Amino acid sequence: MFLKKLLATSALVALGAAGAQAGEITVMSWGGAYTKSQVEAYQKPWMEATGNKVVSVDADNPATPIKPQVEAGNVTIDIADVEYSDAVRLCDEGLLEEIDASALPPAPDGTPAEEDFIDGALTDCAVANIVWSTIYAYDTTKFPDSPPTTMADFFDLEKFPGKRGMRKAAKANLEMALMADGVPAEEVYDLLETDEGVDRAFAKLDTIKDSVVWWEAGAQPPQLLADGEVVMTTAYNGRIFNAAVGEDKPFQIVWDGQIMDFDLFVIPKGAPNKELAMDFLKFSTGTKPLADQASWISYGPARKSSGALVGTFMDGKTEMAPHMPTAEANMGNALVNDFEFWADRDTELSERFNAWLASS
Amino acid sequence: MPEARTAAPLRTADGVPLKTALARAQRRAKWRAAGLVLPLLLFILASFVIPIGQMLFRSVSNDEFSSHMPHMVAWFAENGDAEPDDAAWEALVLDLRQAREDRTIGLIGTRVNYELSGTRSLFTSTARKAEDMEPPYREALLDADEDWADPELWGVMRRASSPYTDAFYLAAVDRTRDATGSVEMVDENRQVYVAIFWRTLVLSVTIALLCLLLGYPIAHLLATLPMRYSNLLMILVLLPFWTSLLVRTTSWMVLLQSQGVVNDVLVWIGIIGEDGRIQMMYNQAGTVIAMTHILLPFMILPLYSVMRTIPPSYARAARSLGATSWTTFRRIYLPQTVPGMGAGILLVFILAVGYYITPALVGGTTGTLISNLIAFHMQESHNWSLAAALAGILLAAVLLLYWLYDRLVGIDNMKLG
Repeated sequence: MFLKKLLATSALVALGAAGAQAGEITVMSWGGAYTKSQVEAYQKPWMEATGNKVVSVDADNPATPIKPQVEAGNVTIDIADVEYSDAVRLCDEGLLEEIDASALPPAPDGTPAEEDFIDGALTDCAVANIVWSTIYAYDTTKFPDSPPTTMADFFDLEKFPGKRGMRKAAKANLEMALMADGVPAEEVYDLLETDEGVDRAFAKLDTIKDSVVWWEAGAQPPQLLADGEVVMTTAYNGRIFNAAVGEDKPFQIVWDGQIMDFDLFVIPKGAPNKELAMDFLKFSTGTKPLADQASWISYGPARKSSGALVGTFMDGKTEMAPHMPTAEANMGNALVNDFEFWADRDTELSERFNAWLASS
Repeated sequence: MPEARTAAPLRTADGVPLKTALARAQRRAKWRAAGLVLPLLLFILASFVIPIGQMLFRSVSNDEFSSHMPHMVAWFAENGDAEPDDAAWEALVLDLRQAREDRTIGLIGTRVNYELSGTRSLFTSTARKAEDMEPPYREALLDADEDWADPELWGVMRRASSPYTDAFYLAAVDRTRDATGSVEMVDENRQVYVAIFWRTLVLSVTIALLCLLLGYPIAHLLATLPMRYSNLLMILVLLPFWTSLLVRTTSWMVLLQSQGVVNDVLVWIGIIGEDGRIQMMYNQAGTVIAMTHILLPFMILPLYSVMRTIPPSYARAARSLGATSWTTFRRIYLPQTVPGMGAGILLVFILAVGYYITPALVGGTTGTLISNLIAFHMQESHNWSLAAALAGILLAAVLLLYWLYDRLVGIDNMKLG
């Protein structure tokens, strides 16, 4: 009896000591300029405030390592930054810890978190941090006279000759193909639900297939543009912004047909430092860190209360607001990614996409 | 043995029968030998036999449906091929409810979707509504989505209710089962694996033959040059061999890309125009060029070691008896290098068939090999059973080729170095 008590007490003491001591969590994100924005806006301030350490690791898509890790019972990631459809899919497969939205901190004016986040930014297992979009961008030196302005131009090899860069995945490419083929944004997903719609999208992709260089990591498209490997490429808008404004590259974003999506923080089931990860998540999706993040890369914060706090880019002079996917001027023909569509269809459309890629 | 009883057995100096003493000494030697081999045996068992066995097992076993749909499994066990009755519809709703609660619905939907495309969404979306469903369940389900009446879907669920399946091997050769259970080809726009298997085979043979063509003269030079020069040449062969695979592949990327060194030089000397830059990478050409270079040492080294042992006097004897140099090469030299050629071709071919990094980096879409698809299913789509089935077929194909080689050339005839 005594021994049991002693053991229990010492265990408690050990726990307490561990709590007081600096802990360490591993955060997985998308690399490059995006990871940098998170390190600066979320991780450094959190480390300073709590004395804990963050190990930052990158993946082409942080959603992919989660399933193998959880199934192998060897989870090394405490928190991952994933796309909406992946967050829903992983949650459906029981691979994520559930997150209680009411535990998130309220806005500075007291608005509860559930109301402060943009619609759809909170799900059972995930909390959104940013709004980003897939756009296409071109090298302005290649088209000095009549630059491309519409999604259809991306697929027009006659008017705009040269290689294209596209993400090696079905997601976003199919939507863009349909929009280029004249389908209005609001009808895209209804059409993609049908076999004819999917066939039509692939037929449109066929028209440029031989001219496409496929990329996988988000840092690749600006590199492909800079190297002259492609004259235009689909990309995550923030990466192009950072290359254009931060590094003075001659890149121009075309907002027509942009596809908006959330990036969300999730905690894999069985994460080794779940408590700390939750603490980090609460901290970084707070009003101030989300607003700070936006001054490192042009992704919009997922909280309404952060909007007013967004200032200038790290160069100190570029206003961030007009570069956000959500800016009025950029929303002309915008499509909001249908996460349910992709959570349900990603598997089968990826299969078809791979078969399409492999057939020459 | 009558003699043994009569004749006194031979004994050693300390009186132990010789036979026993010998047996004991031999036993000790055997144990020692076994003890020395044991670590390696255990290592091979743990790192090779067991994982490959597990992989092969996974290719025929998948319990993502059967372990999460207990009511349905029970119904199928009782009713077999029967049309779904009220009990079946109820079992389905009960399981969907439970799966939604347990967050296993994604797994179940994915498993069925492997065999019947477009059904994952059926499971996840219906499960969201299953909580509020009331009898009659058949109508409630069909109301949610009329695809539930599809006999093909029930066929897939029936087969998936057993954890053992041949579906993944069928899928790995672009085949599937229809509603009645007979095997048919999948939709043309989903066929991919057979074509890639063929491509892997053709490219691997091409690469092995190119290596032979390029490596043969070099190996001959190495074997016949005076030591001073041949050592230097050997270093030139081995230096890239010792360099990291990744470094060599990325060097080829620097050379071959459309803004790369080779194209720049061609443009500079005016062979091609600025617009006519040749696409040498992100296609089959890239894969063949880079892999041939990377695998070349595996051809040169066995060839060299065989050529070293061929006495030059044979060729001289042939020439002095009136053979032309071509005849000498064809009748005397070439046959003696067959063991080296066999070893080199087999080595390069087998390595090429399973190559992964190089085609992934320089192969683009037309230069990807079957290993890239296996990796895709391991790392991204997480369809491990299909990955295992593809790997199983690859393994079987390599073993078959090895067997053929043994029959045609003879494995004893092979010299690895």
